[in-house]
Amino acid sequence: MASITQAPPARPPATDDRRRRVTARPAAWIVWGVVIFFFLNLLGVVASVLVSSFGRRWFDTWLPDGYTTSWYGRAWDEFALLQVIVVTLEVSVLVVGLSLLIGVPAAYVLARRSFPGKRLIFLVFLLPILMPPITYGIPLATVLYKFGLAGNMSGVVLANLVPSVPFVILTMTPFIEQIDPRIESAARMCGAGLRTVFVRVLTPLLVPGILASAILVLVRTVGMFELTFLTAGPDSQTLVVALYYSMSASGIRAQQSVDAMAVIYTSMMLVLLVVALRYVNPTQLVAQVKEDPEH
Amino acid sequence: MSAAGPGRPSAHWRHRLAERGIDRQLILLVPALVFVIALFLYPFFYGLSLSFQPTDGGPFSDYARFFSDAYERGTIWITLRIALPAALLNVLAAVPIAYRMRGRFRGKRLVTTLLVVPITLGTVLTAQGLLNFLGPTGWFNRILLATHLVDEPVRLTHNYWGVFFSLVITGFPFAFLLVLSYLSGIDPTLERAAATLGADWRRRFTRITLPLLMPGLATTFCLTFVLAFSVFPSAVLVGNPAGETRVISLAAYQAAYEQYDYPYASAIAMIMGFVELVVIAVVLAARSRFYTGATGGKG
Repeated sequence: MASITQAPPARPPATDDRRRRVTARPAAWIVWGVVIFFFLNLLGVVASVLVSSFGRRWFDTWLPDGYTTSWYGRAWDEFALLQVIVVTLEVSVLVVGLSLLIGVPAAYVLARRSFPGKRLIFLVFLLPILMPPITYGIPLATVLYKFGLAGNMSGVVLANLVPSVPFVILTMTPFIEQIDPRIESAARMCGAGLRTVFVRVLTPLLVPGILASAILVLVRTVGMFELTFLTAGPDSQTLVVALYYSMSASGIRAQQSVDAMAVIYTSMMLVLLVVALRYVNPTQLVAQVKEDPEH
Repeated sequence: MSAAGPGRPSAHWRHRLAERGIDRQLILLVPALVFVIALFLYPFFYGLSLSFQPTDGGPFSDYARFFSDAYERGTIWITLRIALPAALLNVLAAVPIAYRMRGRFRGKRLVTTLLVVPITLGTVLTAQGLLNFLGPTGWFNRILLATHLVDEPVRLTHNYWGVFFSLVITGFPFAFLLVLSYLSGIDPTLERAAATLGADWRRRFTRITLPLLMPGLATTFCLTFVLAFSVFPSAVLVGNPAGETRVISLAAYQAAYEQYDYPYASAIAMIMGFVELVVIAVVLAARSRFYTGATGGKG
């Protein structure tokens, strides 16, 4: 079993008792080895789905014994994918729009002002991110069903907003803190009201931050399984949930058409990711990185 | 400061509130607050009170039912046994890799981009891929067999390991990106100063970088642990949902959507949240013992 427990050299290189210069080498090799091993397995995981979705029949061999694209057409019809994708897009756009509308003003106040109870409010906003979705998802779904809001798209959107709004607040706060408050003061001096300051001064300055958090929320919503799963009805499933149902009922459907559906899902996520990385540097989410200062 | 002069009474209290930091601008906070109260706090307390109103028996009988049934009680241990090692491995493996990659080098953007990919794969696709790749006739076992490392296929899916690997695949990149951003947030001149004073890299790492990084590591561990603790789809799809990987979220789901016993499901959800918050509280309490000031890198 020892050969398969992934990433065995998990301990920090600090435990190596060799000198620098000479020793940076083996430590570096181990680290890169682990990274490459991880990527190879990852590649295997993704590629096996991809190959299988194009394979005609694939049993006990290295590669399938023929290739076809017919599984895609079959998956498209069998799972009513067009409808599922439309629902996914609608849900995501609604969640992104609403969470920005609710989250950005709150982030502004939390970034700029201090007032009694601020820490408590911050904690309340943090909780939905710290709790596992299932924990609050089950009571939330119960409440939404009680008011007749679950089982359709409004329930899915509402449930997905719960982690998204705090996420917008957390990602936007550092962006707002970067903006010089004197700019707002100047606008105020020139007679701009709160709304004008927001629309004419802050929003244009915040566009990069808004784009970044919008795209992150979009990726999270498309990938969010638990909350959608708990609140979706038969015609409000998003792609992940439809994929889950097709997988857990896999004796009925051909393995390959499930794979084809998974590939469609992945390519959708990849498109989102490529778009996202044009706007967001993933390492700058937590702290504003001082990228390699001058030597 | 109450000598604001004789004003109209309404202006008076407004003024006094404004001095304490409360004024009309706080209205901007209202939508978010209403939202959190309506969709998070209210359902949470609703579930809490529901868990004390079981379909039969006294207020605590659903909790008693959970803890007296070994099959149900065991789910806590099963969940922790998967989530804790996975989260720990993800964070510990991320430290040396991030430490090595924090500078600037060719292809850094490519590596970080590649590492984001698994986050977007999501648990369901990862599960599907793991079933294909690690299954008895998958490529991984074929390679092991072809190189004669093993004589018969290693069983890696539909058990503990399948779930564990899916947590590593989705959790590690996340942990890595967080650790990398915390590391890049530490002012590199601190380490250079230590080097000037003659510290070798081991001492620089243990005495300077690691203490500054510790709070970030604690936060990363918490976030990774939350992801791992709520493992649900992969426990069903690549695990053995009837036995070895019957995690607590699965027990809650079955109570709610298969037995339609919402009070019991809420009770399980509350227990789940409680266990998770205990772990997080322990980690955060430990975190508060470390240095928590500016790390000099924030610009």
